[in-house]
Amino acid sequence: MNHARRWSDQLSEELGSGASAELLSVDNVSLSFGGVKAIADISFDILKGEVRAIIGPNGAGKTSMLNVINGFYHPQEGIITFRGKQRRRMKPYQAAASGIARTFQNVALFKGMSTLDNIMSGRSLKMHCGFLWQVVHIGPARSEEIRHRRRVEEIIDFLEIAHIRKQPVGKLPYGLQKRVELGRAMAMEPELLLLDEPMAGMNLEEKEDMSRFIIDLNSEFGTTIALIEHDMGVVMDLADRVVVLDYGRKIADGTPAEVQANQDVIDAYLGVAH
Amino acid sequence: MLYREAGQFKTSYAADQALLPILQDRIGLSLILLVAFVGIPLLATDFFIGSVMIPFLVFSLAAIGLNILTGYAGQLSLGTGAFMGVGAYACYKLTTYFPDINIILLILFSGVFSAAAGVLFGLPSLRIKGLYLAITTLAAQFFLEWCFIRIAWLYNYNDSGAIEVPTRKLLDIAITGASATPVVRYLVIISVVTLMALVAANVLRGRIGRSWMMIRDMDIAAELMGIRPLRAKLSAFAFSSYYCGVAGALMVFMWIGSAEVESFDINHSFLVLFMVIIGGMGSLLGCFLGAAFIWVLPIIIRAVPQLIGLDLLAATTEHLTNIIIGVLIIFFLIVEPHGLARLWQLGKEKLRTWPFPYASN
Repeated sequence: MNHARRWSDQLSEELGSGASAELLSVDNVSLSFGGVKAIADISFDILKGEVRAIIGPNGAGKTSMLNVINGFYHPQEGIITFRGKQRRRMKPYQAAASGIARTFQNVALFKGMSTLDNIMSGRSLKMHCGFLWQVVHIGPARSEEIRHRRRVEEIIDFLEIAHIRKQPVGKLPYGLQKRVELGRAMAMEPELLLLDEPMAGMNLEEKEDMSRFIIDLNSEFGTTIALIEHDMGVVMDLADRVVVLDYGRKIADGTPAEVQANQDVIDAYLGVAH
Repeated sequence: MLYREAGQFKTSYAADQALLPILQDRIGLSLILLVAFVGIPLLATDFFIGSVMIPFLVFSLAAIGLNILTGYAGQLSLGTGAFMGVGAYACYKLTTYFPDINIILLILFSGVFSAAAGVLFGLPSLRIKGLYLAITTLAAQFFLEWCFIRIAWLYNYNDSGAIEVPTRKLLDIAITGASATPVVRYLVIISVVTLMALVAANVLRGRIGRSWMMIRDMDIAAELMGIRPLRAKLSAFAFSSYYCGVAGALMVFMWIGSAEVESFDINHSFLVLFMVIIGGMGSLLGCFLGAAFIWVLPIIIRAVPQLIGLDLLAATTEHLTNIIIGVLIIFFLIVEPHGLARLWQLGKEKLRTWPFPYASN
């Protein structure tokens, strides 16, 4: 806890006072399924505007951590503070409404819908037009639809997927599906974007594309990003700060360079000689 | 050649999001509506209107109802027959108590009661998915059937246990009951079905329709986009059951004229489900194609031996029809498991690039 605090203070000094605000903080969170402890007493924070990586060997509890943050799992202990509001239990749609978006490790697109509709679906929370207007589809319903379509087209341009705009996403190659999923999360205009292995299974070129999108998303739109990724090269390049988990415990927290030098981290990844 | 969108450039999102963005589709639909509203009433025989078109439209509407729930929102239901029954009995009671209110309004309002029943029996969908949900909707089917038999109040304590449709008039023209002509009943039904199909198309392409499809395709991700499963699933049940209820009321008041519990049994639920599966899940066009395939095609096949002068026993014709329809269902499901609507879609794709298929994309 103190360790994390120290680092966040130092970073905020580097970035200036504007970026110092704490967007999310996780305090002493524990989660267990029956006898299995998935997360044990973990604390860390995410600052506004940073790229925060969460790494660790398989089964370390990274995805569980994301699931806790966006309300799929309810931790038995601990408190999560997002934008100054404390919460213990929250439904995923409430998390979405408060400004948390996410992509999945296994692509979770709406397979029967087109790219356009998938990204439009990210606008659901921002569309409020009532049922009766929807029925006639004129006036407010239509103008609302068009207004959001314009925003969605900007995202399509940003991600360079205009050519697949009307194609059903189920038939797209994997790399493009990942990109559409990112677009869908972007459409929510989240405060905090959780990316669960956005580059899993990609080739080098696709990884470079995706890295570029993440960097642009962070610097141009100012979106705060929490990133789970196994490709250490990507993590060390993209992340401002890294938190390392192993067997549900936090073993390190700091800048990429620090984490790389940490003996616990090296042991967790390479194993310890007995 | 004929079906090509080349040169039809969209310059606004409004034009791109129109219901029918392609000119040929607009012309095609206009022609179909012209034939349906003018051609058929003027030219067709009473038999064709009364026994082919009216049932076809009633089943199309019921299929739209089920397709919204199963094809768009992904909630499998076997209670369609019962929800149609709720609409029919509600309309019967309403017109008993309010004989002066226009029957068309009552038919449209009776759907509200089946929507309520749909919401009630849709509650398990919050916990149960897929085939298991289908089994719980089976409970709706049997429970409501039981109500239709045991609650005599529903059929005004008739000795026969059936509901008889009274004559109701609009501008001095009988539109229900024995004295209403098939043409008049047909015109009422086609108006209602056209209007409700348009409404369904509008709702499905907007925010609400998208929320149903999100739940269908990936409920976890949908919840993360801010969709509340409770609201999305129950609204789908309500909207879908409303359509089924209106279809049921139309069926009794505009088509068969009297009904008892057998009119709403499980066979009807299956019939409508088959229409949706054959026509195409998640397609409005598929509802009409499916209803035509399951209801109209047997009539045509049955008429063929007579037309070509073959003298077959009625029973033989019936068996032959069943065999042929069964074979065709298997054939179409092998050729295209996603239904006739998808087949039509593929055909359009082919036409679009014909005669240079290699030039696509």
